[in-house]
Amino acid sequence: MMSSGPAGPYSALRLAWEALRGHRHWRPAWRSVARPRDAYRVVVVGGGGHGLSTAWHLAAEHGITDVAVLEKGPIGLGNVGRNTTIIRSNYFMPENIRFYEHSLKLWERFEQTHGFNAMVSQRGTLNLFHSDGQRDQFARRANAMRIEGVDCELLDRDAVKRLVPLIELDNTRYPVLGGFLQRRGGTVRHDAVPWAYARSASARGVDIVEHCEVTGIRVEAGRVTGVETTRGTVRAEKVVLCVAGHSSRLAEMAGFRLPIETHALQAFVTEAVKPCLDCVVTYGAGHFYISQSDKGGLVFGGAIDGHNSYAQRGQLPMAEEVLAAGKTLMPALSRLRVLRQWAGVMDMSMDGNPIISTTPVGNLYLNGGWCYGGFKAVPAGGFYTAHLVATGAPHPVIAHFALSRFREGRTIDERGAGPYPWAH
Amino acid sequence: MSGFRLPEGGLVDREAALRFRFDGRDYTGFAGDTLASALLANGVTLFGRSFKYHRPRGVVTAGPEEPCALVELRRGARREPNTPATTVELFDGLVAESQNRWPSLRFDALSVAGLFAPLLAAGFYYKTFKWPAAWWEKVYEPLVRRAAGLGRVAEGPDPDRYEHIHAHCDLLVVGAGPAGLTAARMATMAGARVILAEQDALAGGGALLDRGAQGWAQAMAAALPHGVLRPRMTVVGAYGHGVFAAVERVADHLAEPGMAPRQRLHIIRARRAILATGAVERLIAFPGNDRPGVMLAGAALAYARRFGVAVAPQVAVFTTDDAGHHAALALAEAGLQVSAILDPRSESAGAEAARAAGLPVRMGWEVVATDGAQGLHGLRARRRGAAASDYVQAGALLVCGGFAPEMALAHQAGLETRWDEARQAFIPGAAREGVAAAGAARGLHGLVEAAADGARAAREALAVLGLPAGEEPPPPGPPQEVSATFPLHEVRARGPAFVDLQHDVTADDLRLAVREGYGHAEHAKRYTTHGMATDQGRVGGTAGAAVLAAARGITIPEVGIPRPRPFVRPAAWGALAGADVGLHFKPERLLPLHDWHQAHGAVFVRVGPWLRPLVYSPSGDTSWEPVLEEARNVRRAVGLCDVSSLGKIDVQGPDAATFLDRIYANTFSTLPVGRARYGLMLREDGILFDDGTTSRLAENHFLVTTTTQKADEVLAHMEWHLQTAWPELDVTLTDVADHWAQFAVAGPDAREVLRGIVDRSLSNGAFPFMAAGEAVIAGIPGRIFRISFSGELAYEVAVPAQHALAAWQAILAAGAPHGIRPYGLDALNVLRIEKGHVTGGEINGQTTPGDLGLGKMLKRRGDFVGRVLGQRPGLLAADRLQLVGIRPLDPAQRLRGGAHLRDVQGQGPSQGYVTAACMAAEGEGWIGLALLAGGHARHGETLLADSPVHGEAVPVVIGSPHRVDPENRRVRA
Amino acid sequence: MLRIHCPFCGLRDEVEFRYRGDATARRPAAEANEEAFFAYVYARDNPRGWHLEWWLHTHGCRQVLKVKRHTLTHEIAWVGLPADAPPEDAP
Repeated sequence: MMSSGPAGPYSALRLAWEALRGHRHWRPAWRSVARPRDAYRVVVVGGGGHGLSTAWHLAAEHGITDVAVLEKGPIGLGNVGRNTTIIRSNYFMPENIRFYEHSLKLWERFEQTHGFNAMVSQRGTLNLFHSDGQRDQFARRANAMRIEGVDCELLDRDAVKRLVPLIELDNTRYPVLGGFLQRRGGTVRHDAVPWAYARSASARGVDIVEHCEVTGIRVEAGRVTGVETTRGTVRAEKVVLCVAGHSSRLAEMAGFRLPIETHALQAFVTEAVKPCLDCVVTYGAGHFYISQSDKGGLVFGGAIDGHNSYAQRGQLPMAEEVLAAGKTLMPALSRLRVLRQWAGVMDMSMDGNPIISTTPVGNLYLNGGWCYGGFKAVPAGGFYTAHLVATGAPHPVIAHFALSRFREGRTIDERGAGPYPWAH
Repeated sequence: MSGFRLPEGGLVDREAALRFRFDGRDYTGFAGDTLASALLANGVTLFGRSFKYHRPRGVVTAGPEEPCALVELRRGARREPNTPATTVELFDGLVAESQNRWPSLRFDALSVAGLFAPLLAAGFYYKTFKWPAAWWEKVYEPLVRRAAGLGRVAEGPDPDRYEHIHAHCDLLVVGAGPAGLTAARMATMAGARVILAEQDALAGGGALLDRGAQGWAQAMAAALPHGVLRPRMTVVGAYGHGVFAAVERVADHLAEPGMAPRQRLHIIRARRAILATGAVERLIAFPGNDRPGVMLAGAALAYARRFGVAVAPQVAVFTTDDAGHHAALALAEAGLQVSAILDPRSESAGAEAARAAGLPVRMGWEVVATDGAQGLHGLRARRRGAAASDYVQAGALLVCGGFAPEMALAHQAGLETRWDEARQAFIPGAAREGVAAAGAARGLHGLVEAAADGARAAREALAVLGLPAGEEPPPPGPPQEVSATFPLHEVRARGPAFVDLQHDVTADDLRLAVREGYGHAEHAKRYTTHGMATDQGRVGGTAGAAVLAAARGITIPEVGIPRPRPFVRPAAWGALAGADVGLHFKPERLLPLHDWHQAHGAVFVRVGPWLRPLVYSPSGDTSWEPVLEEARNVRRAVGLCDVSSLGKIDVQGPDAATFLDRIYANTFSTLPVGRARYGLMLREDGILFDDGTTSRLAENHFLVTTTTQKADEVLAHMEWHLQTAWPELDVTLTDVADHWAQFAVAGPDAREVLRGIVDRSLSNGAFPFMAAGEAVIAGIPGRIFRISFSGELAYEVAVPAQHALAAWQAILAAGAPHGIRPYGLDALNVLRIEKGHVTGGEINGQTTPGDLGLGKMLKRRGDFVGRVLGQRPGLLAADRLQLVGIRPLDPAQRLRGGAHLRDVQGQGPSQGYVTAACMAAEGEGWIGLALLAGGHARHGETLLADSPVHGEAVPVVIGSPHRVDPENRRVRA
Repeated sequence: MLRIHCPFCGLRDEVEFRYRGDATARRPAAEANEEAFFAYVYARDNPRGWHLEWWLHTHGCRQVLKVKRHTLTHEIAWVGLPADAPPEDAP
């Protein structure tokens, strides 16, 4: 299923040839359409990771190429371009393990599928524990994964120290007892993901329309018939919303409310330094996680700010807390300078789990509620959303992700935090 | 040709020589030097290597916006990578090393990357390194990572201290240049509380580069009240609501901090703020503009005027603004030879002045190439539009591409920005939420204009603060004529023209990005990494935007600039983290008897913020034996357990019982005075939230206990419901958790132990199971409750926390004849597992009362939180995970806390999991509790407790969770 | 950083408070049906703009405050007690 994009295939040989020609003959990676056509079979609202992945999967898996992706700005600048780039499938609940594991498998062949190097780096994700009780909890999670056929292992403290020498094990509030490692987890160059999907989707005929904001959703007799945009009305047989962070606003246009609040999640990056951290580390006791990018910057984050926010900027108290946690975990980073602080706005759902679902409006579908876990889900999110849109019925793997679960009392609350979005 | 110390001039102390070392060589500088000025004075031109091509890099600026001269400062655990040499105040004994080079700065093996530069164009890595898949992690990525990065992190934990302090003021002035000094002076004279933050060690800003104004700046700073001016303090972020964060470098100019913190983060709450943050001089993109010796004109001026250093004996100037001519004049006056001033404009006042002073001015010219290796020898320039170029000798090429207001804070504070064609710069607009820009930060040129603008901003702020603005202080000098900036940001000629000197991004890279569809400013930034280096694109940002604009056929304001995020300057992690790190990260709460527990061999475990005794093991034995001994002692005789960390909420008022009926799922209004009842609290979604006993102490007075973990949440949950859902109820909630120490006395001998020290009858008739009331315990007025978590005859006694030790010791003394001994959480856990009581492992935020076999407790009538939504079908389904007891078929086999239950062949998916497991105190072998799909109907089944991570799979029998005394005879004994 | 003007304690930093979500979602009467409770617990307007929300002053007077805050700019237009309503002319 190799895609080459309008600019032809990418390869070292091609690169050398184009270099000889002064790089003057490269063409746009994706075909950006200035105006949408009057009608499409499927309109995807949102040119982020999930929207572009959905469009590509519609084309590649279901042969549906009469598709437009409508993006209010340039593609890829929402959460897919503002996250901490982590991929993993180390969940506890079987519904989640199956979904995220499929996503991880799709990441594993991402470069070969799209002919675009998004630097999928399976450098491992390590979660630390600090007590016997926590070790049992991680063993329970690890066993849940192993029973589902997913790799993971428990490490003792010496193995943790060998893997990540920067971690302070003992002289700290929560001495480290061991770790929970998924070796197949890791990081991806996040910005490259929407570019790669856009490139291979447009190569299959999908229209990517940037700077086209959806301002209304047309509903007739309970079914969606199209969308109003800043570039005119676009009719569609089916419409799918892939606008996590803003799902509520689009749902409002269609006349219903969602079990979602929008919250800001901060991320940080330090100045670039030589390699010093070889895997992703999660420090649950401090709500802190960190990895080192290929460029050398340490990329890290913590919990959400804790109050509804559409501002793509973080608050100071959470920043202080995240940095204190980080220095506690890795005190040798203290003299490193932090370059930037930013935030993404998350669809925080009422059970902390995503929603891939039909909606109260016929032929209108929702991919949202990703909380802070949307990035790693981009391949599978698109895969299953496309399946739902194409067939009209949910795939068994995501049957539990339906909107109806809230009404029926079948929420998937991995953390047990309850219907309080700010607590997830 | 390299730099040298001028015979006179500068603000350095030529009497105070300081020794320092760079790349293993010893040098000398003066107090008042920066590392950059001292190295330039010693003739050093090569400071570092660039990020991607490892090209040689010199010094470009004289301030914190430096993109190139980055060094590793200090050594070992104090090593600071990527430190701009232009910001390092020299101290005696300073040690620094260049970075991103191997084996040495002069001969860097990876500079061969430059030979492949055509291959390594923007985004090359997205197009290659894809096959074979496994090679990315194994081969390509390690190579990329090793080549990338700049300096190295410290070798160990930072030995220095940091702190956060909170400050309040009427007016925060950011930047102590002419505008900031003037504004701060006026505001202090008007009686305002002012903080004047200056990132530099000296106040003055642009005035420090003007011989006449240097004295003015000193006088203005000296006239400020003590403590107003905060040098070495960088405001790094604006956080709204008048809150700013500022990093003060308290001791970075010293060899070691001594008793002081190294840095201090000020969290400033200001009623008004004036951003007098100045402007940054900009680079012009032209071929060879990255060669060491190419620097900003203002930087060369700063090295001469501030540090008494000539950047080279002979310099050339390339300018699009009169500031370049003014710099040339000043440098000529300082004794440098100016070999050419190249200016693309046709004429200007500055050019005339330079020409009048005899300087070789070439109007209508531009630079097309530079010549040299690791230092500059000369350049080629041509008349604009001409093909032929001239060679000009120069040891330094001083570039002035106009000025960009330093606007990061203004952006963060939400000020609008607009493009100013005459300045060729984005400038901030009107004040917003009490934050205003002033001076060069607002696009003004010239010291006098800046000072006047500072006065204007001060008057506006004072008017809002209700303070009288007095006289304006004297201006920094006579007015100067200023020019417009010529819109030349790139010279198109053969060779790489850099727009990002640190990341090696060229104008051609940006054009390639446009060609490939990454033309939007944010896409171009991400595709080429332009502006993402440690300098955040300060000196090359506008040039990049201009290149993008030209390539896309639009204007610079249409391209825009990427939104600057905090931090305004990279800020040390340690400073942002503050003092609450390491052993001080998160508060730690100690029981009133912590010292006693410690003295008696307690091993502690963290429960939320609390440290609680897990087991008393003076010998250090970590096996099950001490735990089982403690538990068996409870079953056999009597034990004593400190449960003081439980949450305790005092509920009083005429509507107290009604309130509890609604907040709990079971009924409390029917509870007689003097009795206690176990209660279940639900979330509104019907899921179990917390449990605990509540006692009725008087008709309108209840005492609620919560679990240790949920104490804070339960109180907030109750307060929120009381104040928002049922404000009509007359109830007062008081947190009394810390007022009381509470101990469980459990075991068949419990009554005997307490009989002698409690002032009331504990007979079954007088004080039956679930009785509660006041009592005097060992002479201490307190309370006693007949409740049991262990399943044995048990009491909990509560005394005011300050009497904890006396009561505890009295109970131990009274119990000594019965063999009483304290027991910890592990033994408590054994006892409750045997009894089938639930704790956090089962009340995990996912279970309902029904799941845990407690459904019968829910009241049938009346409203309560969780009643309605608890009836949803998913919460009543028969296949939900339900609480069961488990034990291995073979009593010799061990149960694992993390095991899952599967069919006995170990096939199929997980059907549930073990929530708790222990060695039994009563009987043999391991027992456990589990949540099993449809478990209530599956007693007697055999399943497999599978723990693949341990390589263990144990057949287990499912049964009731209530193993010890299911008829509750013991608790009523 | 949010600073909230508590009517009892004055202008205080957000870290003194505990957030408790949308203040327009009010607990239905005891006799209300499941639909009403579902809306109360799960359905949210989640506006990008002015938002009425609960903040409990846990490290102060422990009063629940009703706050009108803009979710994009974080501006606070009004603070009141649970029974109060923001003035009509507030933004």
